[in-house]
Order: sequence, then C-alpha cells, then structure tokens
Amino acid sequence: MQGFRTLLFKEILRFWKVWFQTILAPLISTLLYLLVFAQVMAGRPTIYPGVTYGAFLIPGLVMMSMLQNAFANTSSSLVQSKVTGNLVFILLTPLSTWEFYWAYVLAAVVRGVLVGSVVWLTAWFFFELPLMHVFWLLAFTLLATIMAGSLGILAGIWAEKFDQMAVWQNFVILPLTFLSGAFYSLHALPPFWAQMTRFNPFFYAIDGFRYGLLGVADVSPWASLFVVGSTGLALSWTTLAVLRSGWRLRT
Amino acid sequence: MEPAIEIRDLRKSFGTMQALKGVSLLVPQGDFFALLGPNGAGKTTLINALAGLSRPDSGVLRVMGHDVLKDYRAARRSVGVVPQELVFDPFFTVRETLRIQSGYFGLRHNDDWIDDILFNLQLADKAEANMRALSGGMKRRVLIAQALVHRPPVIVLDEPTAGVDVELRQSLWKFIQRLNQKEGHTILLTTHYLDEAEALCRHVAILKQGQIVAMDEIRHLLQSYQSESLEEVFVSIMHQHGSQGDQ
Ligand SMILES: Nc1ncnc2c1ncn2[C@@H]1O[C@H](COP(=O)(O)OP(=O)(O)O)[C@@H](O)[C@H]1O
Ligand SMILES: [Mg+2]
Repeated sequence: MQGFRTLLFKEILRFWKVWFQTILAPLISTLLYLLVFAQVMAGRPTIYPGVTYGAFLIPGLVMMSMLQNAFANTSSSLVQSKVTGNLVFILLTPLSTWEFYWAYVLAAVVRGVLVGSVVWLTAWFFFELPLMHVFWLLAFTLLATIMAGSLGILAGIWAEKFDQMAVWQNFVILPLTFLSGAFYSLHALPPFWAQMTRFNPFFYAIDGFRYGLLGVADVSPWASLFVVGSTGLALSWTTLAVLRSGWRLRT
Repeated sequence: MEPAIEIRDLRKSFGTMQALKGVSLLVPQGDFFALLGPNGAGKTTLINALAGLSRPDSGVLRVMGHDVLKDYRAARRSVGVVPQELVFDPFFTVRETLRIQSGYFGLRHNDDWIDDILFNLQLADKAEANMRALSGGMKRRVLIAQALVHRPPVIVLDEPTAGVDVELRQSLWKFIQRLNQKEGHTILLTTHYLDEAEALCRHVAILKQGQIVAMDEIRHLLQSYQSESLEEVFVSIMHQHGSQGDQ
C-alpha cells in the first residue's frame, strides 16, 4: 500500500511542479475556445430550449479538458520516463502491475479533475451555470478520466519517442475530441458525421457530463454510462494485461 | 545457507543474437564478486535479468532464494541494483528522489538512513539540490544511494565507477567495502578497472560472448596462471578463447 501511495504521490508531484504547463496552459486554451465560440455563436438559435450556447458549450469544454489532460498525464509521464530511462527506478521495485496501473491512472484522474474544476470555476464567473445532477456529474468525471488515463498508459507504453506521442495526439485524441459533440449537438450534424460521432466514447462522456450539469442531453445518461463504463473497463483490462506482459517495458 | 545469487542455465536472445548462451553462476552470501568481460559480453543483460528488468528466454534466477519471476516482490526487496546508464528524474531533488525510492519499497520514515548514505557518498551538501544541477559523478552516486535505500542484502553495481574521478572512486569503494565487511552485504559488480576488481573482490567470473570462460577465486586464478595481476590473467583468457576482446 505504501508503495502504491508513493507512486501516486510522485505522479501528482510531477505535474504539480510544472503546473504552469499542466494546469494553467490547458485552462487558458480552453477559456480561449469558450470566449471565441461563445462570441461567434451568440444569437444563433439555441440547441436546447432555455440553454444559451455558452452554457451548452461549457460542460463539453470541461469534459474535453479533463479527457485531454488525463490522457496527457499518463502518456507524457511514461514516455518521459522511458526516453530518459528513469522508469527503471519503478521497474526495480516490488510494485505490482495493479499498483502501477492505479497509481498512474489516479494521478491522471486528479489532474483531469483539477483542470476541469478550474475551467468550470472560471466559466462560472461569466455564465449562469446550473448544476442539476451531481451523481451523474461525478460518475462521468471519474469514468471518463479513468478511460482517458488508461488510454494514455497504453500510448505511453507503445511510444518509444516523443514524436510517436504526437501521432496519438494528432490522429487519435484530436479527432476524438473534435468529433465529440463538445461544440454542437449531435442533431446539428449531417447524418454521416452524426453516425461517426455515435462510435466515439468521448461523445458519451461529454453528453453524460452535460446531462449532469444542465439536465439535458442528446442520449439517455444510462446509455452514456454504459458506453463510457464499458470502454473504461475494456481499456483498463487491456492496459493491465499489457503491463503484466511487460511489453516494451521489460525487454 | 542459500546462495545470495543463483543463476542456472540463463539464456537470452535479442532477435537472432544470443546475448547469454546458458550462464550459470553462484554467489555465496557475504561475497564480493566481480563479473568481468569485454564490452558486449552480456554483463548488463545478465544483471537486467536478475533485476527483473528483462525477461530471460529460459533459466532460473534467484536472489536470496527468491525466484525473480515467481516471487518477484521478495526478490526485488533483496537486491539493490545500480544501473549502468546514468539515469535520473529531473523533476526532483536528491532527497525527494531518495524518499520516493524508499516509499516504493514501503519505507516511510527513512531519513536517518538516507542521511547516512548521503554522508558516506559525500552528497550531504547536495541533499536539497535538484538532480539536474548535479555533475555526472554526483548523479552516479545518487544512483548508488537509490539502490541502498531499502538496505538490500545483495547489492549489484553495473560499472559504478564509470565517469567518477579517482579520489571519489576510492571513497566509494571504501564505503562499499564497509557495506560488505561490516554489514555483511553481498556485492556483485562489473567494472572496467581490473585493478579495482583485483583489490576488492574475492571471486571473479569472466564472461565472453554470452558464456562464462573462467570462474574462480581471484587468488586461485592468479596462481594457476602464475600471474602477477588480474589484467594479465584476463588478457590470456581472452586469447585462449579465440578472438580478441576490446577491453
Ligand atoms: N535491448 C537490446 N536489444 C538488442 N540487443 C541488445 C540489447 N541489449 C543488449 N544487446 C546486445 O547484447 C549483447 C550484450 O550486451 P550487454 O549485456 O550490454 O554487454 P556488456 O554489459 O557486457 O557490455 C551486445 O551484443 C548488445 O548489443
Ligand atoms: Mg554493460
């Protein structure tokens, strides 16, 4: 237990020491999205009755920043440790794959929640934001950051150089976040893209989270819970299996 | 008494290259053991397998009687490994690095021992310095300190004095010798300085192209080769076994 706690603490300390890049920078870029889109879209017909575009956008942006930062935390920590070689300090210890996995994932959850919270708090100054269903809000926060954190571990194990990480960012994370309904409702899309979006677990994370905050969503929160939960479970299971095999970690 | 390190018929290939071709080795508890051999002989590969950093193709590896795969927790608690590569985590200070390393082994309040190690490795005044700010020799000593935080009965050092200047090398060896003689730690080391190995170690194994070509007490080797120095013995063994080593 102490070993697990130390690794969790170390992973949190690692991003905390560079909070400028890991918390402030994502906060600023998310707020820029918010300001620009809320301005551009002001006055357009609203998506849900009684919900301004700003209010619609905020849950999407909060969840998007949580997903991206949870992914970034595990993936960049692992790639850095592999490239610099200091992952041996962990591989030499009696830590089990289970402890390794949860320490990395929970640190990703903490970073995601921290960034998500500061985005939400800042947005709260500018927009009137309801908070409808705290249970759903917390459930989607937790499951989505676990899902993205696990994906980050897989990416970090796979990548052997920093530029291979960029492949993930550009070809996996970016399309998934932009085709996720963060900026628009599913119903506003042409049928093909709407259909594509329905295959994207990030969409369900955002939709469910939006339900938690605003009480409105494109699909039932139970359906979203099912998709995000089962994707998270499948990714956790895969990550644990890969860790146990030692693939690309223990040569 | 079980051996500190037991390796039986260890084989490891990278692709078609056989890095270890059936190596067997016994290091008794309390021994000071040198693993020598030219570059590429397989020393680091052997240490990595022992440390659980790589998976052997076949063979048995035990540390203090604990199988390094089946009983990896006990095996890893029993051994402290100083890796050959000069690695460090640039996010942390020396003290943070050592506290974190202690924590991984389940040790919470380890500062007395950490201070003791830092003092002996002449790093006491660097405790609060960031790892990035240290010279190569200092980083090497922090690596050694990291291997010692959990007071492992077996200490494995892969070329610990590479890049460390002469004066520091001597104090380093004095410390490791003390760990061996006063505290009974078993030491396995690889080094390029044969005179150091000769002065410090009792046993030696010489590895060449993934095979052990000589293994004995150093004084027996010197006797049987009627030689004055380990260096001479090493050179003639390398000649005996075909092509020239590059050490
Ligand atoms: N990860 C690896 N992939 C491929 N070949 C490797 C790897 N590690 C070591 N080798 C090869 O195995 C042989 C033994 O290397 P090593 O154990 O590092 O030798 P030593 O430590 O004795 O200098 C060398 O030929 C080396 O190139
Ligand atoms: Mg080596």
